[in-house]
Formats: sequence, C-alpha cells, structure tokens
Amino acid sequence: MFGTAVIVFREVLEAALIIGIVAAATRGVAMRGRWIVGGLLLGLAGAGAVAALTDVIAAMAAGIGQEIFNATVLGVAVLMLAWHNIWMSKHAAQLSKQAKHMGTAIRDGRSECSALLVLIGVAVLREGAETVLFLHGIAASTSGNATPMLLGGAMGALAGAAVGYATYFGLLRIPLRWFFISTAGLVLLLAAGLASQAAGFLIQADLIPSLVTPIWDTSSALPETSLGGALLHSLIGYQARPAGMQIGFYFATLGAIALGMKYGTSKSR
Amino acid sequence: MGYLARQLVRYLLLFAVSVPALAYATDGDYTLVIENHRFQPESLLVPAGKKIRIAVENRDATAEEFESHDLNREKVIPANGKAMIFIGPLEPGRYPFIGEFNEKTAQGTIVAQ
Repeated sequence: MFGTAVIVFREVLEAALIIGIVAAATRGVAMRGRWIVGGLLLGLAGAGAVAALTDVIAAMAAGIGQEIFNATVLGVAVLMLAWHNIWMSKHAAQLSKQAKHMGTAIRDGRSECSALLVLIGVAVLREGAETVLFLHGIAASTSGNATPMLLGGAMGALAGAAVGYATYFGLLRIPLRWFFISTAGLVLLLAAGLASQAAGFLIQADLIPSLVTPIWDTSSALPETSLGGALLHSLIGYQARPAGMQIGFYFATLGAIALGMKYGTSKSR
Repeated sequence: MGYLARQLVRYLLLFAVSVPALAYATDGDYTLVIENHRFQPESLLVPAGKKIRIAVENRDATAEEFESHDLNREKVIPANGKAMIFIGPLEPGRYPFIGEFNEKTAQGTIVAQ
C-alpha cells in the first residue's frame, strides 16, 4: 500500500507544484479559479485518453512516439509558462495595486486565463496518464483484493495535492512587494526545468545528440528518488545526471523568457 | 475509445513524427522481454562507447515503465506491446534499471564493456 502511495505521490507532485505556483502567480486575475478547475478536469480526461491510447502512441515512429508526445506536451507547457511570465511582467504593477483592494480583479485577464487552462491541462495530462496506467496495472494484476493498493494510490494523490496547496498558501504569504518578482522567478525556473525534461525525451528518442553525458553526477549526494531531489526536480529541474544538451535547453529557455519579460515590460511603459 | 478515433490519432501522430524518425538510424540492436513482471535477460551485455537500440517487448497484460536513473531513461511499455529505447554511448560499467510499476520483481542491469 505504501509502495503504491509513494509512486503515485511522485507522479502527482510535479503537476501539483505547477498548479500551486501558477495559481498563486495569477492572483488578482479575473475568474482564474474557473479556468484552473477547467484545466484540471481537461487534463484528467486527457490522461485517461492517453492511457487508453498508450499502445498506439508507443508504436508510432518506430517505437519512439511516446518520447515525441512527451516532449511536445512539455514544450506546450514551457510556451504557456513563458507566455504567462511575459504577460505578467506587463501587468504586475497593475495587479499589485489592485490586489491591495480585496475582491477586485483585472479585466483583461482573458488571454492569460486560456494559457492557464492549457498549462494546467498538459501538466496533469502527462503525469496523470502514467498514474492511470500504474493503477490499472495494479487493479488488473491483484486478483481478489485491490483495495489496499487503490487506497495507497488515493493517499499518494492526496499527499501530492497537499504539497500543491502548501505551495499555494505559502506563496500567498509573501509580502506584495516581493510577491510578483518571486512567483515570476519560480515560473521561470519551472519553465527551464520542463524544457530540460523535454530535451531529455528527445535525447531518449535519439532525435537530438546528448552532447557530454553526464555533465555532473550527484546521484549519490542527492538522488532524484529522494524527497529533496524529487522536489528540486519538479521546482527547478534538478537532475542528478543531466546531459549537456539538457543544460543547453535549460539556459536557452531561461534566457529567452527573461529577454521576453524585459522587452515586454519596457514596451508597455 | 472507438476504432475510428484511434485510427485518426494514429495517422495524425504518424504524420507528425515520421519524418524526423526516419532520418536517424543507429547501430546495435538488442531485445529485452518483460514477462510475469520480470526482465529477460536480467543482465544485458552491451559494448561501451556506442549508441545502442534496445527493443523492449512487454508480454504482460499490464503496462510497465522502464526506468533507470543511471541511464537517465524513463519509458512506458504498453501491455502486450513493444517500444524502442536508445541508450549510450556509455562508459564501461553497470547500469541498473527497473520496471517502476513492479519494482520488486522487475529489475535488471545493463553492463557496458
């Protein structure tokens, strides 16, 4: 039961952190709650569909369809985070002014909200599909009583969601003066980490070279299987043995979004 | 999901991915079989310093996830399905891997020489 809980927790953690961070980062945007829930539901439905289609996806492109699918999903998430951050950098001043007056929200948050929907949808989709497959495997192979295993799955999912909630409420406690800069920083690192993961899948599919592998090896000091390693992996894209190409993707994404934020802000002023 | 929808997804994905996939080829070809939540063979000897293509065949009725932190790989192998995993070029050494969905039994090692 606890083995199941741990695996499900690991799968849920990343999506929960993404949702917690962007939910906090979009504070003050009109009707964002509805869009977040919408993204969550769409993601869950998509996860079921992807799980059902695993065999079809896996057989694509001479057996590397899954990598291409995962890299695409991650790429969409990176684009949405980038869009979010650039949009926020334009509106941060307005948002922080209005967030002081409780209950008011900026009106032109509509385009931002659709990005939010897509982002949360794809975040839930990828990890959710793996969870569905894992739980299905348990239900199918445990003849007789699958209840303890499924209970473990529910525990893992709840624990993951709790981390997401803690992140959300923790971020909301940051004083308004630093709030937008710190959430923007978190989103920036999140996007870079996802870009590095996408590169990992493209390397796994042999579509791009790995360059120097690994650049460093901290697998004995801080393994990704440890709680700290898993948290850092989800938050800033930490990897114990990254490939050179992944580091390249990481910093290219970091730089591109930072430039976009700078350019976007100066243009609107 | 209906047959037509599956076919539609199949062709859309195939169209999207076939071009880059065809442009790359690698040397080496090994097979791993998953049966009763175990890998066969449990130890796979491969040459070091070369890019290697491993075909993984899952004969179980449930999906499995091939995962190796040492190799930096993670991939779902569908129930009664096949998938391709590219690894290397590797330094000589031992690289353990597991089936994450059945961690207790599904364990193996790739040995690069």
